[in-house]
Amino acid sequence: MCLPMQSDPMQPVPVRVLTRRREVADTWTLELEPGDAAGRPFAPGQFNMLYVFGVGEIPISLSGDSADPHRQVHTVRAVGPVSRALAALSPAATVGLRGPFGQGWPVEAAAGADVVLIAGGLGLAPLRPALYYILSRRARYGRVALLYGTRSPGDILFRRELERWRRRLDLEAWVTVDYAGSDWVGCVGVVTNLVPSASFDPADTVAFVCGPEVMMRFAVAALQKAGVDDAAIHLSMERNMKCAIGHCGHCQFGPLFVCKDGPVLSFERIRGLLSRKEI
Amino acid sequence: MNTTSDLALITPDGVRRLIEVLTARGYRVIGPTVRNGAIGYDAIDGIDDFPVGWTDEQDGGYYRLRRRDDAAFFGYAVGPHSWKRYLHPPQLRLWRAERSGDDMRIIDEDDEPPRDAFIGVRACELNAIAIQDKVFLGGPYVDPHYRSRREGIFVVAVNCAVAGGTCFCASMGTGPRVGSGFDLALTEIVHDGAHRFLVECGTDVGAQVLTELPHRPAPPSDIEAARAIIERTAQSMGREMPATDVPALLRRNLEHSRWDNVAERCLTCGNCTMVCPTCFCTSVEDETDLSGATAARTRRWDSCFTMDFSYIHGGSVRSSTRARYRQWMTHKLSTWVDQFGTSGCVGCGRCISWCPVGIDITEEVRAIHEGECDGDDS
Ligand SMILES: Cc1cc2nc3c(=O)[nH]c(=O)nc-3n(C[C@H](O)[C@H](O)[C@H](O)COP(=O)(O)OP(=O)(O)OC[C@H]3O[C@@H](n4cnc5c(N)ncnc54)[C@H](O)[C@@H]3O)c2cc1C
Ligand code: SF4
Ligand code: SF4
Ligand code: FES
Repeated sequence: MCLPMQSDPMQPVPVRVLTRRREVADTWTLELEPGDAAGRPFAPGQFNMLYVFGVGEIPISLSGDSADPHRQVHTVRAVGPVSRALAALSPAATVGLRGPFGQGWPVEAAAGADVVLIAGGLGLAPLRPALYYILSRRARYGRVALLYGTRSPGDILFRRELERWRRRLDLEAWVTVDYAGSDWVGCVGVVTNLVPSASFDPADTVAFVCGPEVMMRFAVAALQKAGVDDAAIHLSMERNMKCAIGHCGHCQFGPLFVCKDGPVLSFERIRGLLSRKEI
Repeated sequence: MNTTSDLALITPDGVRRLIEVLTARGYRVIGPTVRNGAIGYDAIDGIDDFPVGWTDEQDGGYYRLRRRDDAAFFGYAVGPHSWKRYLHPPQLRLWRAERSGDDMRIIDEDDEPPRDAFIGVRACELNAIAIQDKVFLGGPYVDPHYRSRREGIFVVAVNCAVAGGTCFCASMGTGPRVGSGFDLALTEIVHDGAHRFLVECGTDVGAQVLTELPHRPAPPSDIEAARAIIERTAQSMGREMPATDVPALLRRNLEHSRWDNVAERCLTCGNCTMVCPTCFCTSVEDETDLSGATAARTRRWDSCFTMDFSYIHGGSVRSSTRARYRQWMTHKLSTWVDQFGTSGCVGCGRCISWCPVGIDITEEVRAIHEGECDGDDS
């Protein structure tokens, strides 16, 4: 049956790699064409499925600015066969793209409130579009704080941008590392230790959290301790994904399909699931 | 069942004619037939391909064919196959990709599927098809491969005249009487006179097909006989799902000690998911040819019992048998309701019969229900 290309949500669109930049030792940022003259609009927190010819297809968050739907920016950590092949692509190479998929950060609903963004490691990548969104509409939000934790000073992602953000007077940007040499003057310790230092009104705060699952559990505990409501805490979940459209079953998390109900989910919805092992 | 005037009677020769008419109308006719010691669903040419005079004995981890003392066409319950083989094939090439230099092209691979006529679809199976419709057609994304197979089917349903040893559709509200979703529905009558079939039309196409068969109006005595047959089947179910709010029961018992108990028996072979008519999970495989110029993606049935199923960098989310069995059963009976507004189980009993160690989903629910205070964390 010869269905028109777009009618099969499992069929990727070939797009070219425009630029490739090394971020840290194992992580690269690729800018891709949208594969559509009109651009490929996305919301902060959404992801695309990226296919490397003959190797496989994986979910990768959009890490660029949603104001520019003509550039699909992805930050990829090379951890296995597909991500390694993806990160190794040079400009002009073609990848298959499907997306965008999923529910992103509730950036609109957060307007008027203080916003705390907590990122662990590569978790900064899916949060960056939310920060771009908020900063470009800065007056509509209360206080904004970014708390970012990573392994070592050499693992700091988007370093130049972080330095710029730290210089802003309308944004509190904290960076902490797990371990560092004597040349590091910043914080050392886990990112959740920064929560009490950040200034926000817990009764009127929306928190966006992305990082390894353990780190997110600790972040939730720290936010709860500070007085932030469960419904105001949003996490981006990671699960195995083969389809991204709710058909393959792989991403199930209790009653939720992380691909279509998430990846961003309010803690209120997943409270009973996140606390259990092997759900 | 409809009013008396809609009901007709056909003979075994009428069923033979039905297969001819459907074939002449361009359908590939799929029906029950004996394959490798079990009754499966395969392409058939005529009534001789049916399991004439066979029945099945089923129990936990047990399935055997046995001779009946009559020549019934449909005198058995369901076997290891279900219609999902045809609507949601076990393996399907989704597309092919070609590469030259830096360029890549994606080419649709799924050929126009045959138009299928299914003969012998049971009530539980009609419900299973309706459930997969919700999964593949009911969400924001439609699976075009499922849709193109599903759209054209002609369904000849059969009201069950015998219940299998592992059947429990009556307690799931999904059988044994067929409700909707068929073009024609047959009830086979083998006693008190000649071998005959009461026919009910479910659609206009079904009614048109019936006009091409030798038939006569059904006498009230046969309508009553058919009613009694279905009633008797409902009364002789081999298994029963406990009459309680099962979704809520499982929701509050995610840490029940019974999960450890079942984990000691389950082999994580995934048979239960393969034979289940509603299990829809798949994986995709990407491969290239030797020259590296063409690649392809194939979709295959997958099972939540494998380690790879929940693998994310660093390890599987559900590495213990306990967690994998719990995922399967809570999905079937509890979270499915949250996702699709219906249970994911139609009570067909396949997972019980085809489990090598005879694990019984109704028994597991009963054990959790009866031992609720034990390990309860609600
Ligand atoms: C919503 C979402 C957003 C993500 N965003 C990013 C991002 O921005 N940057 C980034 O670097 N990584 C991201 N990831 C993680 C990334 O998808 C995995 O690192 C990647 O799938 C690993 O595949 P691999 O083949 O390179 O490595 P391996 O871990 O060795 O994987 C082996 C095989 O397992 C499968 N597999 C492993 N993990 C996953 C998974 N999560 N989903 C599907 N299949 C998997 C793959 O099919 C792969 O072939 C995201 C994951 C999700 C679910
Ligand atoms: S879970 Fe078992 S009884 Fe229920 S529909 Fe699936 S195979 Fe049939
Ligand atoms: S329940 Fe039975 S059929 Fe299912 S995975 Fe376990 S051993 Fe296999
Ligand atoms: S990734 Fe396939 S169902 Fe979510």
